[in-house]
Parts: sequence; C-alpha cells; structure tokens
Amino acid sequence: MILRSLLLLLTLISLPARAEEVVLGLSQDRVAITATFEGSEILIFGAVKREQAIPQGSPLEVVITVSGPDHPVTVWRKARRLGIWVNTDAVQVDAAPSFYAVASSGPFSQVMSNVEDQRHRVSIPRAIRSVGAPMNITDAQSFTEAVVRIRTNEGLYQLLENSVQIDEQTLFRTSIQMPANLTEGEYPTRIFLTRDGQVVSQFETVIDVDKVGLERWLYDMSRQKPLLYGLMSLAIAIAAGWGASAAFQLLRQS
Amino acid sequence: MLIYLPIAEVSVNAFLLLGLGGMVGILSGMFGVGGGFLMTPLLFFIGIPPAVAVATEANQIVASSFSGVLAHLKRRTVDLKMGTVLLIGGLFGAALGVVLFNYLKSLGQVELLVQLCYVVFLGIIGSLMFIESLNALRKSRKGGRVPTRKKHNWIHGLPFKMRFRVSGLYISVIPPLIVGVLVGVLAAIMGVGGGFIMVPAMIYLLGMPTKVVVGTSLFQIIFVTSFTTLLHATTNYTVDIALAVLLLIGGVIGAQIGTRLGTYLKAEQLRILLALLVIIVCGKLALDLLIQPSELYLLGAGGH
Repeated sequence: MILRSLLLLLTLISLPARAEEVVLGLSQDRVAITATFEGSEILIFGAVKREQAIPQGSPLEVVITVSGPDHPVTVWRKARRLGIWVNTDAVQVDAAPSFYAVASSGPFSQVMSNVEDQRHRVSIPRAIRSVGAPMNITDAQSFTEAVVRIRTNEGLYQLLENSVQIDEQTLFRTSIQMPANLTEGEYPTRIFLTRDGQVVSQFETVIDVDKVGLERWLYDMSRQKPLLYGLMSLAIAIAAGWGASAAFQLLRQS
Repeated sequence: MLIYLPIAEVSVNAFLLLGLGGMVGILSGMFGVGGGFLMTPLLFFIGIPPAVAVATEANQIVASSFSGVLAHLKRRTVDLKMGTVLLIGGLFGAALGVVLFNYLKSLGQVELLVQLCYVVFLGIIGSLMFIESLNALRKSRKGGRVPTRKKHNWIHGLPFKMRFRVSGLYISVIPPLIVGVLVGVLAAIMGVGGGFIMVPAMIYLLGMPTKVVVGTSLFQIIFVTSFTTLLHATTNYTVDIALAVLLLIGGVIGAQIGTRLGTYLKAEQLRILLALLVIIVCGKLALDLLIQPSELYLLGAGGH
C-alpha cells in the first residue's frame, strides 16, 4: 500500500506541471469474488491538486468511468421466417466491456463536449467498438444499441448523471454499485476533470476483480486439470445419489 | 441466499436451485426421465449461460438417475441385460451426435435446430402417448382387461435373438441397439439424457413392461450422461460443480420421493401424466417460436 502510494506520488511529480491534477483514493482497489459474493459498492474519492488559485469562469466538473474487460460479442437479430421467429442477421461487435459505469457531476452532455467524448470514448455507446457490419445489414447502429439496451437492463451498463459530488471545486466523491454477476479481470477506472466541456486533466487507475478461495480453486482446477475436475464432478454426483438412497432407506426402516 | 457460481460467473439464489432440482428430481424418479428436457430450458430462463447449463445438467442427471436406479434395483425393476444393449448403442450414438452437432454448428442456426428438435419430438411422443394411454385407461375403466401389447410384427423376424428375462422378451438385439443409437444422437444434439424419447420407444417399439422401462432407462442414462459430462468438462470447461451440487442435492431427494410416488400410480396413469408434461413443454417451446419476442436481439459470446 505504501509502495503504491509512493509510486503514485512519483508519477504525479514526474508528470509535466499542469494547472489542475487529480489525487485519487479508492475505498478498495481489489474486489474479491467469494462464494457468497453479492456485488460490491466501490467508493471513489479524490482531490484536485493545484499550484495556483482556482481559475475563474465556469466551475470544475468531474466524470468517472469504471469499465470491465472488453470482449467481442455476437449480436443476433430475430425475424419471422415461415411463421417462426429465428435468428437471421448477426453483427460482430469487436469489443464491448462486460461492465461499464459512467458517473458525472452534472448532466453528461453539459459536463463533457461531444468532441471530447469521441476522443476519450467516455459515454456508454462510445465505449463499444464495432468496426463494421456485413454488407447486407444497413442498420448496424441498431445492433450496438441493442447491446447497450440489454446490458443496461441487466444493470451492467450504468449512466449515473449528477452522482459525483464536488465540494469547493476541490474534493469529489462518488460510489459505484458493481453487480453480483461480475466477470474477472482488470477494471480500468478513469477520472476526467472538465471545464466548459473540455477535459483539463485525466487520471487512470485499475481495480482488480478476482475470484478467491473455493471459487478460485474450482475455477483453476477446471482449466488446468479438466479430466480430474470432470471425474470429481461425477464422483460427487454418484456419492450424492447413493447417499440420498441410503438415507431414505434408513428413514423407511425406522 | 445468493451464491456466486465459479464457472457460470453469475450469482443465483441457492434456494431457487435447490427447489428446481427437487421438482425435476421428483419427475425423474416417477417417470424414469432424466428431466434434462425440463431443467435445461429452466436454467436458461434464470440466466445461466446455455453452454454451462447443458454441461452441468448432464452432471446433475447422473446423480438423480443413480439415486433413482438404486431404488429400482431394490425392487428388481431394472433389466440390466437390455440396459447394456441400449447403452452400447447409446454411447455410439452420442459420439455420432457430437460430430453431427459440430457440423451443424459450422453451418450456423444450431440453436433453431435444437428448438425444432424439441418441438417435433416432444410433440409427436407426447400426443401418441396421450392418445394411447387414454384408450388404455378407458378400456380398463369399462372393466375389460388391458390388452397386452405383445404383437407379432416384423421386429420378431430379425436375427440375433436374445432372451431378456426381466422384461419377459425374446427379441433380436438389433431394435434395442438402433433405439440406443437414435437416443444417443438426439441426446447429444438436444443436450439431455434422452429418457423422454427412450421410455416411449421401449414401451411401444420394444414392447417392454412399463414397470421395468423406468429403471432400465435410468440405468442407461447414468452412463450416457457420465460420458457427456466428461466430454464437456475436458473440451469446453463448462461443467459448474457448484451449480451441479445445488441442483443435485434437491434432485436426489426428489428422485427418491418420485420413485415412491410412482409405485402408488397405475402404469396407465403414469404414462398419461408423462404425456401431459411432455405436451406442456412442447407447447411452451412452440409458442416461443411463434410469438414475437419482446426483445428481438440476442447477445452471444463473440469470436468467429
């Protein structure tokens, strides 16, 4: 922890001097998935470091994003063929984060300009990368929209406007609720400071999401010793079947 | 109580899984079906990824079938000889089915094929059984004797005859082998044990007595699903042991209850109930294909 803060400090010092910079704190930089994992709330807080006085003009705004690992996704669309609904069209989305949350200190469109959003890929639709659809599909847009819609309904994509609190244009904090069905991996977390919709400073860190304990052991075994894992599953199944049978036998006799 | 499943990577309610396992286990013990045709769609519905649901379900069927078959062995209602013949065909068919499945997967639309398979087979089997057992029930109500199904047809003219003492049959081994292969192929494609196809096939094609059919079917299913579990565990890494344990705790208890419930019912009543169940599941799946879904888009794991 000390080493990490030292490193953080060093990077802060080595950075070219800017008017405003982020000093960040996280309630936890590691999420442990245990057998009874029910999701996790992460508190993200920090301060703005300045060498000079608070600039005049429009107030400071903060945008925070937490993103899960990127995976390619195949999006299928159903259509009616011969009276039944079947998957007809498919579009390959090259990379969509498994989890994505955007928190901002105001309405998103006011806090960050369209150009900056495009540059840094901040808003939910921009976080999804899709290179191109097959020739026969003219409305590729609706496929990426479907990814956003479905994952938003599952609580995996969250747009949290007005959820970052700022005090005195210096201290900021927000909390992000991570759902129970998280996938493992590194979750890049970005903080943008903006004025007039322009990004004046940005900071990036990583939250590690890992399985631990029994979950870790079972997962590793299934990948590294699949045959043993399969045999163990069968042994458990047969033992349970026999156990139940024997237990009921005793129950009937007594 | 929520439980995080290590392989499926989702959180689900442990009691929901126990309940589902128990419900399907009762059906398994009563009818000699593995229950996969019911459980697999239910697991999809609660949000388990399809690949994990199919693989884990195979493991759970091993447990409930084993529990069920022990109860049947005690009552001497398992034809081990017939079971072994069916099993040889079944393993061969399962291997063939996996090859066929992968070929269809390369063509795309495998999901539709699986659904259509369900609708067609469940529909045919369900309605045939329903009509037949309704007739049998009506005849027995009138006081008449239930006609024995020992018809002498072309099946009895085939070579390689064998005596199946427990079933009271003296028939060629070719029909049971063919039934085994067909069930194996369908089981691999549809991701189920195949009991719901095998039970009617044993009754109507092979002419086995209903009481023996259930135990024998369970006996064969244990081996075919064990084979499938190992295949999934080593090639796709999709067997979720935590999910399996929760399902099978409910399942084995349910199977014991079901086996005992089964002894209180007449053979015709048992068949008519299974027929109704099969028709209901078939109707549900058919409706899914016919009615416009509320969400037209579907997300699948990516990568070509």
